[in-house]
Amino acid sequence: MVTFNLLVNAVVTGILLGGFYAAVTIGITIAFGMLDIVNIAHPVFIIMGSFIAYIVNRNFGLDPLLTVILATPLFFLLGIVIFRFYYAAFEKSGKGSLRGLAFFFGILFVIEVTLLLAFGVDYRLVQTSYIGPNIGFKHIDLPLRMVIPFVGSMTMVTGLYVFFSHTFIGRAIMAVAQDEFALSLMAVDTIALRQLAFGVAIATAAIAGGFLIVIQPVDPSLGREYIGRVFAICVLGGLGSITGTVIAALILGTVETITSTLFGPSWAPAVSFAALLLTLAIRPSGIMGR
Amino acid sequence: MTRIPSWIWPIIIAVLVFAASRVVKNEYYMFAGYVVLQYIVLASAWNILGGYSGYVNFGSAAFFAIGAYGTVVLDKLWQPPLVVAIFLGGIVASLVGLVTAYLTLRLRGVFFAIATLALAIVLQTLVVNWDYVGGPLGYYSVRPDSIVGFPSYVNYLFVVMLVLALITVLVARAIEWSFIGRGLAAIRDNELAAECCGVPTLRLKVFATMVSGGLMGMAGAPFPYYITYLDPNSAFSLAYGINSIAMPLIGGMTHWIGPVIGAVLLAVIQQVATVTISSELNLMIVGGLLITFITLAPNGIVGLFETYRQQRHEHASP
Repeated sequence: MVTFNLLVNAVVTGILLGGFYAAVTIGITIAFGMLDIVNIAHPVFIIMGSFIAYIVNRNFGLDPLLTVILATPLFFLLGIVIFRFYYAAFEKSGKGSLRGLAFFFGILFVIEVTLLLAFGVDYRLVQTSYIGPNIGFKHIDLPLRMVIPFVGSMTMVTGLYVFFSHTFIGRAIMAVAQDEFALSLMAVDTIALRQLAFGVAIATAAIAGGFLIVIQPVDPSLGREYIGRVFAICVLGGLGSITGTVIAALILGTVETITSTLFGPSWAPAVSFAALLLTLAIRPSGIMGR
Repeated sequence: MTRIPSWIWPIIIAVLVFAASRVVKNEYYMFAGYVVLQYIVLASAWNILGGYSGYVNFGSAAFFAIGAYGTVVLDKLWQPPLVVAIFLGGIVASLVGLVTAYLTLRLRGVFFAIATLALAIVLQTLVVNWDYVGGPLGYYSVRPDSIVGFPSYVNYLFVVMLVLALITVLVARAIEWSFIGRGLAAIRDNELAAECCGVPTLRLKVFATMVSGGLMGMAGAPFPYYITYLDPNSAFSLAYGINSIAMPLIGGMTHWIGPVIGAVLLAVIQQVATVTISSELNLMIVGGLLITFITLAPNGIVGLFETYRQQRHEHASP
């Protein structure tokens, strides 16, 4: 019997989960929504972040979240390298879309199989003080392993929002997203701006990876589950809108948790696809789309 | 002397392969050959939409699994002949293709790609939750007794897949050479211009998705009998997704022979690598080859060959 109490707990957990989904999706919002680069390998970069947190935590006992924050410059550089390659090979010659997709699909595979060969199919987890205890109010239990990623993720997303709406560089990137051609006529180096933005997108994957391994144990192929989810959130939010991404992530997280409370957790992955198809059929521009 | 039409060659090769299957006694070759033929079907079917029109389908595994699980349902109901299962699998898969295509193909191509990727994940969720077909535990299918006229059931499956591969290649070739193929090529080059010239773009795209998905479903239908134990992970294996993209890309997407070359090449490499090295590593090889080819030889092996021929032609007639 589903009690009221259970439902309230599901909604609260869903919101916490949704906050984490925002951190996972924000990189796609930047890469796909703003830069028009369909980086379907994004989830696998997140898994990479999780594994870095795992290795460092296991060998040196360092906190996973601290580790991934330290790893962001590396991911930023990785993003720049990938963008350079992507740009030189596909965008310059004007044959972006299809081949670019297949290119990222190939990257997804190579990274996933590398992780698989290095770590095997076992689930890996980290040890920290905040995995385990709950904080509770009356009937609601808040597991700290969900609360901390939620808070961290909201901080990161707010930071990015401020970056894109209030700094000079951030606003320049938004301008590239709006009309790259017009900007290039004003002698702006749009490629450098896009490269920077893509670096930021990949850097968020490192942090999201840290949150992921705090929330649940990670195995190399976990990323696949997130591909449908992140794109559903991104499309639902209205491509390229940070506010929209957060709202959509909270909605999807809540619906998923309620679904798994009512029908069992094995049904949760179907939610994102339903959300994606419904959005595409009813309002393809998403919640915050123009 | 009149020129031999090119559709003769697939038929001649198929007949030769059939003759070989009568002579070869070692069952392992049938087993390995089945996989190669299956990939010829998947790659050629993928190419009808992906290669000719430029719309990427990541969900080959979904269509394949529809065929495979269709057979499981039929197997539990009344064990019809395999041909019936293949037809039904093809029809159901093409209907799923119709719905997905109609909902997403009106938008930018990227949405279709993402929707097909998600389709594979969701169908897998459905199958995992569907106890009738075994759920997460999978399903053991008992192979029927050997069919009259065939030395063994594996041999029969091999011949069935050979016929399917031949049909797929001929269908792909027929589409490529008809007004449909020209329309799809126009969509690939510039969809807006094509639409303006009166090409019925949406109808062509939906049609191509249905044919492509249906053929993939047909390829999946004999699969439960081939491996005898079918579980969601093997039916929805991402290997189908990546291989059916990598094979046409590596072989060359603009000509019907491209996917066949890619499929034979990659499937043989993978069969050898699985036996000699490891099955994870062979996916790595495919990923690496895929990246190499799309960056260095975007038109695949067929493209390389054509460039070579053009250059020689220029040298010969200055």
